[in-house]
Amino acid sequence: MSGTYLGMPAFPEAARDAVHDRTLRGNLRHATHTIRAKRAKAVAEVSDWAELREAGRRIKDHTLLHLDRYLEQLEESVTAAGGTVHWAADADEANRIVTRLVEETGESEVVKVKSMATQEIGLNEALLEAGIRAYETDLAELIVQLGKDRPSHILVPAIHRNRGEIRDIFRAEMGAWGRPAPADLTDTPAELAEAARLHLREKFLRAKVGISGANFMVAETGTLVVVESEGNGRMCLTLPETLISVVGIEKTVPTWRDLEVFLQTLPRSSTAERMNPYTSMWTGTTDEDGPRAFHLVLLDNGRTDTLADEVGRQALRCIRCSACLNVCPVYERAGGHAYGSVYPGPIGAILSPQLRGTASEIDASLPYASSLCGACYEVCPVAIDIPEVLVHLRERVVEGGPVVRNGNKVVLKPARGHAAERAAMRAAGWAFTRPGVLRAGQRLASRTRRLHPRTLPGPGRAWSASRDLPAVPAEPFRDWWLRTRGGKNTPGPDAAGSTGEDGLK
Amino acid sequence: MSSRDRILGRVRRALADVPRDDTPPVPERPGRYPQYEQAFPRPYLREHGARDVERTVELLAENLADYRAVVHRADEEGLPMLLARLLAERGARTVLVPAGLPPWWLSAADATHVPDRAASTPHELDAVDSVVTGCAVAVAETGTLVLDGGPGQGRRRITLVPDHHICVVHVPGQVVASVPQALERLSPTRPLTWISGPSATSDIELDRVEGVHGPRTLEVVLLR
Ligand code: SF4
Repeated sequence: MSGTYLGMPAFPEAARDAVHDRTLRGNLRHATHTIRAKRAKAVAEVSDWAELREAGRRIKDHTLLHLDRYLEQLEESVTAAGGTVHWAADADEANRIVTRLVEETGESEVVKVKSMATQEIGLNEALLEAGIRAYETDLAELIVQLGKDRPSHILVPAIHRNRGEIRDIFRAEMGAWGRPAPADLTDTPAELAEAARLHLREKFLRAKVGISGANFMVAETGTLVVVESEGNGRMCLTLPETLISVVGIEKTVPTWRDLEVFLQTLPRSSTAERMNPYTSMWTGTTDEDGPRAFHLVLLDNGRTDTLADEVGRQALRCIRCSACLNVCPVYERAGGHAYGSVYPGPIGAILSPQLRGTASEIDASLPYASSLCGACYEVCPVAIDIPEVLVHLRERVVEGGPVVRNGNKVVLKPARGHAAERAAMRAAGWAFTRPGVLRAGQRLASRTRRLHPRTLPGPGRAWSASRDLPAVPAEPFRDWWLRTRGGKNTPGPDAAGSTGEDGLK
Repeated sequence: MSSRDRILGRVRRALADVPRDDTPPVPERPGRYPQYEQAFPRPYLREHGARDVERTVELLAENLADYRAVVHRADEEGLPMLLARLLAERGARTVLVPAGLPPWWLSAADATHVPDRAASTPHELDAVDSVVTGCAVAVAETGTLVLDGGPGQGRRRITLVPDHHICVVHVPGQVVASVPQALERLSPTRPLTWISGPSATSDIELDRVEGVHGPRTLEVVLLR
């Protein structure tokens, strides 16, 4: 999978830089706390939230466990409605398909609706290589694109930018992409939005090709659903002559009726609204209303590998609402960029290492980008047990084991950076099963405690750089027990030596 | 091997651990899926709270206003005058008229009628000041209007490009309480647009700004 940001440091380094950026931390704190409070209110409005959440979980699980049949059904219904279905095993294939489809229209520019899937496969870059310019049309994505930046949040990708920065970006960059920003542009949000409106309208009105993702695909009817606020989605979905939607295979739901669950849970979890301003639903093509050609590219790109993992597959239930980001104490401080993937926050920490594998340093570090506080599981509208998957992935990173990569079973070697940790765990396991060794080791540790360093050498240094090492007790618990019988104070065999050391403290 | 076969093969291998037989089959065709429905008890509500028809219409009005749509009420006699006034207040010189809009709705309006034609380009639509449409269903609990391209609603683009949209809702006939009830009434074979308030963005420091791309003003007339 492409989409790993090149030269991206592993999570701990990236996060360290981010937590020192005070503007970023302030913006993030404000954003996540505001959305968090609003979401709680929106959720409290529906008395059957728990039932909706459970229904969402079950629908998604059922779909995943019968995904082959539902994908075949989806293909059939989209085709019957006048669409064309393409299958892409990985990012390269998806990019090749989309590039070819655009080239066949003879166009050299396309308008895009914000889509995680196309970011994941690096579509804009691939199109550019073929001489095709892709314009992002979501306001936040426009800010990110003009700023030659990366999105930092699923829902509000430019949340790390404040209004002054946005004005500067618009003033400096809009001209190179089309209609320039007015010379006297101020930093009020209304004026900034107006500048974006005029800049983008020019593109919408002449665009011949639109590219989107989708929030849901209904197998039963072949209907695609896009949920949004600004109307840029509707522009891209209805004005161009050709529409190409790139959608992960896990976005399938079985029936039309299933939408009643997600159309209630998604907006409330995401923007904390009863309903988002615009939702578009289309089934194939319709005469004289909307694109005359519709192409659906079904994207695998690591999803079937994720499906093969009995614990990890639940990550594919995700409906990308971003609620888990807004409650995560780690995300709030580190920001979205530190995760090094298009999927930041708790869901990114479990999705990216599964989609991409854990071969790279950043992917191997992601399962550790959490305090396991469980807040993400609490808010998740499809009840993904993110902490459970995190622990599962940590084990895999440290221990290795069988996984599926690109459809093939492979045995993963333990990640390199974790060799010392693994060795320590092995040694501990060995000692714990040999009481004599453990006892001897503990006594040795107690008696040499004055010689122990304050920081760890070698690979442990980073860990102990910001922490005090726990002091080794003066007397091993076993000895204390033997000596005191659990506090009954019967002197044990070497009581004198141990208590004597205690006094030196 | 085609990518289609490769992906479906991977899915099947990935699911090798899943017992396949005790699970319900794929729905046979739309509207006929008893086994799927049985496998999914849906204990969530069809409607939140009990209301009479009047109260449901009131809730629609409240939620529309809460999402910054401007709500008006009219009876059949007063509708032409109200529409004429709303267009005049906006200074609308031209108004887009979808096919099938009852002609008497705009009988009092001064604005020049621009019929919605398949041939009209996006640029032409952009030059129009306002658009007047009906709707298919309105959802009270969420303050949502749903357009399905039926008579009086036109193509999806006409309620998007002009900056001012007036939508007329028959009450109580077109009003349902909830999202599940709305989906029941709608046909997935039609292109659907759900509208809850005017276009909005919160992308700049989470400050809500109306209308980045869609109409900045949404007015709703509840017609009895
Ligand atoms: S994991 Fe759950 S809470 Fe997080 S984005 Fe996905 S659906 Fe939302």
